[in-house]
Amino acid sequence: MLSSAIIVFRETLEAALIISIIAVATRGLRARNAWLGTGIVAGVLGSLLVALFTGKIADLAEGMGQELFNAGVLGLAAAMLAWHNIWMARHGMELARDAKQLGQDVSSGNREMSALALVVGLAILREGSETALFLYGLLSGGEETMASVLGGGALGLCAGGLTGYGLYVGVLRMPTRIFFSVTNVLILLLAASMASQSARFLVQADVLPSLASPLWNTTWLLDNASMAGRVLHTLMGYEAVPTGIQVVFYVSTLALVLAGMRLARIRPTFKPAL
Amino acid sequence: MKKLLSLLPLICLSAWAADPEFAMVIKDHRFEPAEMRVPVGQKFKLIVHNQDATPEEFESHELNREKVIAPGSKANIFIGPLKPGRYPFIGEFHEKTARGVIIAE
Repeated sequence: MLSSAIIVFRETLEAALIISIIAVATRGLRARNAWLGTGIVAGVLGSLLVALFTGKIADLAEGMGQELFNAGVLGLAAAMLAWHNIWMARHGMELARDAKQLGQDVSSGNREMSALALVVGLAILREGSETALFLYGLLSGGEETMASVLGGGALGLCAGGLTGYGLYVGVLRMPTRIFFSVTNVLILLLAASMASQSARFLVQADVLPSLASPLWNTTWLLDNASMAGRVLHTLMGYEAVPTGIQVVFYVSTLALVLAGMRLARIRPTFKPAL
Repeated sequence: MKKLLSLLPLICLSAWAADPEFAMVIKDHRFEPAEMRVPVGQKFKLIVHNQDATPEEFESHELNREKVIAPGSKANIFIGPLKPGRYPFIGEFHEKTARGVIIAE
């Protein structure tokens, strides 16, 4: 029971942190909850499919299918987050001033929400498929009873979900003045983190060179296996032993998104007289 | 210069073909061998054959690697080049028994 609770908690926590950041960032957007709910349901269904076809996916691309799949999922999520931040650079001011006005811009708001619902779905897809495989293994291995596995899983799911909700409430309570800066930074770091993890899978598949492995080792300071290490890994891509190419991807993503946000801000948007 | 250029494909080819391979199996939620010695400073391919009826996840924070291995299948994992040292790894789905270490020397 304990082992299923711990593993499910770990995987849920990662997805829950990502979902809560996205929920915070989309506060005030039209039909937000419906979009996020769609992302969550699609993610859960998708993760069951991925778990079911684990062997098939792994056999693709001469045995490197799993790495390429993960790299693709992470890369796509990073691109969506980058696009969100650049979009917010243009529309954030309007959102802060008058949430309703933006809410009326249906097509723009929907495009934005569908991109972020996709990120939610992809985050659950990755963590959920691993959880499903683990629980399936426990059950079919006959090591624990069905009730014990499911009870532990439910416990882990609740604990992970509550932690994510805690982050959501915490960020929401921040003063409006710094709210947008905080969410911008959170999304920016999340995008860079996913880009770096995507690079890691491409190194593992031998598609990219590692450049240096590892570039540094800070395991003595903060181990990736520790709880704090895991949370920082999810939130801002902390790696105790990163390869050189991961750092290149991380820094390039930061630079590109920041440049995009600046460019989007400079171009004045047309505003009708009120 | 021309000589160098003509050597280039050869160098690439040798770099491509030179990755040594190491094999281990997962059986009864344990790695065999649980301890493996590999050369320092050279990328290598680890082939893990999961002979159990349940999936396993090869995971190592020290090696910066994770890969789910379906029951009965073989997984290829490229690792390194490593600095000298001990690199523990686990099977995340059976953390209690599935433990091992790669020693680069």
